[in-house]
Amino acid sequence: MIVLYGHVLVLAGMTFFLGLVCILVRRNLIMTLIGVEIMMNAGAIAFVGASLKWHVLDGQIFVLFLFGVAAAEVAVGMALLVTAHRQADSLDSETFNLLKW
Amino acid sequence: MTGSAILFYALGAVILSATGFAITRRNMVHAVVSLIISFLGTAVLFSLLGAPFLAILEVVIYAGAIMVLFLFVIMMLRPEQSSVRHSFLRGWGPGLLVAGAFLVSLTLIFFRGHLSSNPLEIATVMPAVFGRIVFQKHWLAVEIISFLLLVALVAAIQLGRGKEDEKGEDTV
Repeated sequence: MIVLYGHVLVLAGMTFFLGLVCILVRRNLIMTLIGVEIMMNAGAIAFVGASLKWHVLDGQIFVLFLFGVAAAEVAVGMALLVTAHRQADSLDSETFNLLKW
Repeated sequence: MTGSAILFYALGAVILSATGFAITRRNMVHAVVSLIISFLGTAVLFSLLGAPFLAILEVVIYAGAIMVLFLFVIMMLRPEQSSVRHSFLRGWGPGLLVAGAFLVSLTLIFFRGHLSSNPLEIATVMPAVFGRIVFQKHWLAVEIISFLLLVALVAAIQLGRGKEDEKGEDTV
């Protein structure tokens, strides 16, 4: 016996919330990507807990694919970030407002 | 309260405090190192929740590869601390809005009681069983993920090459 599944969900929800706050509040593009990683990690926690609760392995397998998506996402994100820094010489998200009306 | 429950709450405290520490740092190297601690805590949590293979993968991929990639980029670009101080409400206004919505939904989850009927039992999935089911039931998804990684690799190389100048040399 570990804990109630609701507690795992609350932990995952709070971690997800911290990542969301990181995206909304921080102005640095690197911190935005870090926020996305935190949120993906929170989703993984919820999936593993659900997999244990219902004794279905698919939750854990989904987390495996989530890791793959996270790795691809961070690779493309970092390449975009380096390109943006090369063009605008800044990592502040306020700098990139050319499409803003 | 059993030993694994104590371990769960301790790990939860470590994960939440390390993540909270990470997102409030102005120095990004500190943030990344603190986030590594959070991911290591998540790895131990996975192994507690019966997924030892995913625990290893969490250490290797998240705490190892992804965070080291962040460290590389931070050290390569040397991002200056933003000299402009944005006003408080611009960043924190939507943050507080989301906080309110989150608290409401968290309270709903917690007091519905539907998901909290009985405690989780300890069960462990061995990596051999895990791998067999992955490649028996989900082989197509494995192929799609490998293709996604290939596309990401090509995109990263293409983006990282930079513009070619008139002489046809890469300006990297």
